[in-house]
Amino acid sequence: MTTTTPHPTTLFEKLWNAHLVAPESEAAPAVLYIDLHLIHEVTSPQAFAELEARGLSPRRPDLTKGTLDHSTPTLPAGTDGRLPYYTAEAEHQVDTLRRNCERHGVELFDFDSEHRGIVHVIGPELGLTQPGQTIVCGDSHTATHGAFGALAFGIGTSEVGHVLATQCLLQRRAKTLAINVEGELAPGVGAKDLILHVIGEIGVNGGTGHVIEYRGSTIRALSMDERMTVCNMSIEAGARAGLIAPDQVTYDYLAKTPRAPRGADWDEAVARWSQFKTDDGAAFDREVHIDASAIKPTLTWGTHPGQVAAIDAQLPRGRDADEAKALAYMGFDGGAAMAGRPVDVVFVGSCTNSRLSDLRQAAEVLRGRHVHPRVRMLVVPGSEQVKRDAEAEGIDAIVRAAGAEWREPGCSMCIAMNGDLVGAGQLAVSTSNRNFEGRQGKGARTLLASPLTAAACAVAGHVVDPRAYLDPAFNPSIKEVA
Amino acid sequence: MSASVHAASADAGFVELISRTAVLRERNIDTDQIIPARFLTTTERKGLGRFAFNDWRYLADGSPNPEFELNKPHNAGAAILVAGRNFGCGSSREHAPWALTDLGLRAVISSEIADIFRSNALKNGLLPIVVAQDLLDELLDRPGIELRIDVRTRSLHLPDGRAVEFPLDAFAQTCLIEGVDQLGYLLRQIDAIHHFEQRREAARNTTQEQTHAR
Repeated sequence: MTTTTPHPTTLFEKLWNAHLVAPESEAAPAVLYIDLHLIHEVTSPQAFAELEARGLSPRRPDLTKGTLDHSTPTLPAGTDGRLPYYTAEAEHQVDTLRRNCERHGVELFDFDSEHRGIVHVIGPELGLTQPGQTIVCGDSHTATHGAFGALAFGIGTSEVGHVLATQCLLQRRAKTLAINVEGELAPGVGAKDLILHVIGEIGVNGGTGHVIEYRGSTIRALSMDERMTVCNMSIEAGARAGLIAPDQVTYDYLAKTPRAPRGADWDEAVARWSQFKTDDGAAFDREVHIDASAIKPTLTWGTHPGQVAAIDAQLPRGRDADEAKALAYMGFDGGAAMAGRPVDVVFVGSCTNSRLSDLRQAAEVLRGRHVHPRVRMLVVPGSEQVKRDAEAEGIDAIVRAAGAEWREPGCSMCIAMNGDLVGAGQLAVSTSNRNFEGRQGKGARTLLASPLTAAACAVAGHVVDPRAYLDPAFNPSIKEVA
Repeated sequence: MSASVHAASADAGFVELISRTAVLRERNIDTDQIIPARFLTTTERKGLGRFAFNDWRYLADGSPNPEFELNKPHNAGAAILVAGRNFGCGSSREHAPWALTDLGLRAVISSEIADIFRSNALKNGLLPIVVAQDLLDELLDRPGIELRIDVRTRSLHLPDGRAVEFPLDAFAQTCLIEGVDQLGYLLRQIDAIHHFEQRREAARNTTQEQTHAR
């Protein structure tokens, strides 16, 4: 499908135009076609119930894929073969998705599948996620898939029902925001530090009403895992979607995935995908410029992801009621140093940072070291595939030898629905995406950080600059260990 | 009950709302505060009001927190929530508007409302109203005043007679007033959807034939 563009257009506009079933007017929103609908146990049961109440079936079960991740246990089945669900209700929810998928012919990556995992980890690693697509899921971190140049965003359960029934959504076109990142990231500073820094710069509402496109030399130099970390947290800046144009890095990643096109179809796909980029001279509604070389290891200090500080910075002094409330919730004194605060829990996992390269970074710090006796550390791979790959490299052995727990794939302590909890008043350093009050357990306090920082804090027992742990003498390839 | 909604029923239409306001001054109230994730294992959409603002609303022993605004007797029955900037940020859980409507709320006023929450709210007869920051500041400072919201004229009426227009998409407005069922609306587009699928399939096949022929 070739279209002649009368004027330079952005990646977002190309994606939008390519999926318009009906354009928007003042009276009605656009009807937007959806190429891939990912579903999980938490936000789908009421949607299936709605369809059944209306006597409807999913229009395109072939474009719908299910997984179990949010409320699933990360401990293996007991000797009786039963999974240790946190509550009977959680198990019922999983059974409900299982039944709905079976009844309607939707492929489900269940516990017996070698592909099960966090929805935003398995879509890309299976090659279901492809450039030029529209992808939705009843989960706000669907923005992750934008790393492939797909328009991907989270929807509510009513909309899950809309997509199941019609494969379409009613949408108003968003505005565009370009985040241009230039410069080289310093050693010990990664994609997580970058996106936390960006959210700190533009604010938790900085992207509201917009689709972000991340651009610039820094973004181009990121791996797919890193690009996913960046796009994942677009919603933490208020943007429903974040995009990165596909390039050779994208194609090299997809070429290794099981469901990517093959042979001549691959060539055709790459030719089609490579059209999905912003034309030179295309205008964005807003542009922001970020200097990557100035970014240091960055953590959140408060109760939303825009409350960030560099590792060597001091906490703010509570400049307004919201900051004062956040500091009080966190048990921090305004003006004190970030570093040195005792840590109780460290979590490495979530759709933000549970991919192989994330686990490698944590393992790099943990190898030959031990988690501080005060600290409980959980390492939760994002998928069965990640778990297998990590175990093949010996990462599980390094994690266990360090005194951390190596778990089964799932969302785990990021959303704390499955019994993986941070206790009230405990301080967690977490590679997840939200530090809201009680997010990781009622009364839990969360510092969001990179896998490198999280692992360093686990070893130190307090908030610490991970760069101290990156002695060049101690940087062997994990592969050599196995 | 001080709130009144001029409508045939909650599902059928929402024309006008008169109610006192309840105020939560906090900015960036996220959906984890509106309903914590541990209550999302339900497969139902009803009855979630008892979990709304759970961790702010109840003390450790499970009793109501007397300091929490919505627990205060003067806020009983208020159907309009006035909240600090960027209400509803975070997760896409539709459980958030389900919990708020079950609590009896029909409108949320802030100077910014997060995109996904806004979309979810409108599908559940909960009206998200964005006003200028100075008006929000005034409303935050005057809890309990009676407001009239007119969906037909997209306007907010203050006790002193001032009327302020608020943005509301024409489609969302029609859906609220006439009780338009959005899934029903989409189902009526099914021919266009079918044609779109066929067009794309044909284009894909043509490209593939060309590629294979090369």
